[in-house]
Amino acid sequence: MKIKSEIKRRLLQIVAFGYSNPFLSNFPAGKIYKGSFKNFCNPGMNCYSCPAASLACPIGAMQAVSDSMNFSFSFYVVGIILAIGALCGRWVCGFLCPFGFLQDLIGKIPVPKFRLPKPFKYIKYIVLLVFVLILPAAVTNYMGIGKPTFCEYICPVGTLEGGIPLLSTHAELAGTIGHIFALKMTILVIVIAGCIFVKRFFCKVFCPLGAFYGLMNKISIYHMSLDKSMCVRCGMCAAVCDMDVDPVKELKSPECIRCGKCVSACPKKALKFSLHHRNNTLQ
Amino acid sequence: MKELLNKIRPGYAGIVLGILFVIYGVSRGEVSHVLNKAINICLECIGLG
Ligand code: SF4
Ligand code: SF4
Repeated sequence: MKIKSEIKRRLLQIVAFGYSNPFLSNFPAGKIYKGSFKNFCNPGMNCYSCPAASLACPIGAMQAVSDSMNFSFSFYVVGIILAIGALCGRWVCGFLCPFGFLQDLIGKIPVPKFRLPKPFKYIKYIVLLVFVLILPAAVTNYMGIGKPTFCEYICPVGTLEGGIPLLSTHAELAGTIGHIFALKMTILVIVIAGCIFVKRFFCKVFCPLGAFYGLMNKISIYHMSLDKSMCVRCGMCAAVCDMDVDPVKELKSPECIRCGKCVSACPKKALKFSLHHRNNTLQ
Repeated sequence: MKELLNKIRPGYAGIVLGILFVIYGVSRGEVSHVLNKAINICLECIGLG
């Protein structure tokens, strides 16, 4: 029996969500997993302060290294996401990212969906450059220690997966709630509301990891190709794309999460994904 | 040489560079920083610090 590609994608998303968050029993006690898997980074966004999380968050880990007094850049974490990105680009976003999966579920709420104006997609590059790469390394105290600026002031994943569950199980933390948590809760509400009306709102606008993998779409080995001799310009591929990409115009768009919906929608089978560059296809 | 450079796809170069970065990062002790942050509840990371 042939399983439809969208069902396969959902199954893989569930598996990825499962291996990213297997320690559900930590929720009631408000504990987090402390084992050796946390030496490694999750390929997608998943807060390491989430009680159920098994792996380190790459964006958090990148800042943890660069805001320390010993280092100002994390070769370890950037190396991991560079290798993954060069292999498959934003395929991680379409198939493996736990927060991407959550957004897909929120996006199922049946209300009218909207497209964002194009300039919004550039915000995530500013977030990556300023809040993840520059500020944690550049703004330091007298000991040379910085702050995980993206996590502290922006990340709605940490608020949802770490902040809320831990606050609800640790009464003593209530006293630490202040302006920063209010800011983060506001961002979380905006992101959830955004995801209801705009498909993958966080991925499109804010995600620094998506920004990094998006740039890797230009060079990744796993890529989409278009056989122009078969394409009849019907526009069905662009019409089904949640990320507002027209693959006929921009096959290696940094916005494409390689979900494959356009490939399935093409009536002429002109689009396909592969690891090999073929001479008869135009990339 | 030029032909060889043309044959090297940037994707493969990215993977090799990524692996070299990982090896260098591990060799200079970055992993302990990652683990240390990931196994302790990071209050500033969740907006409570
Ligand atoms: S853009 Fe970010 S949150 Fe969205 S799927 Fe990719 S890594 Fe996950
Ligand atoms: S262009 Fe195709 S593969 Fe890329 S996000 Fe859109 S529908 Fe998915």
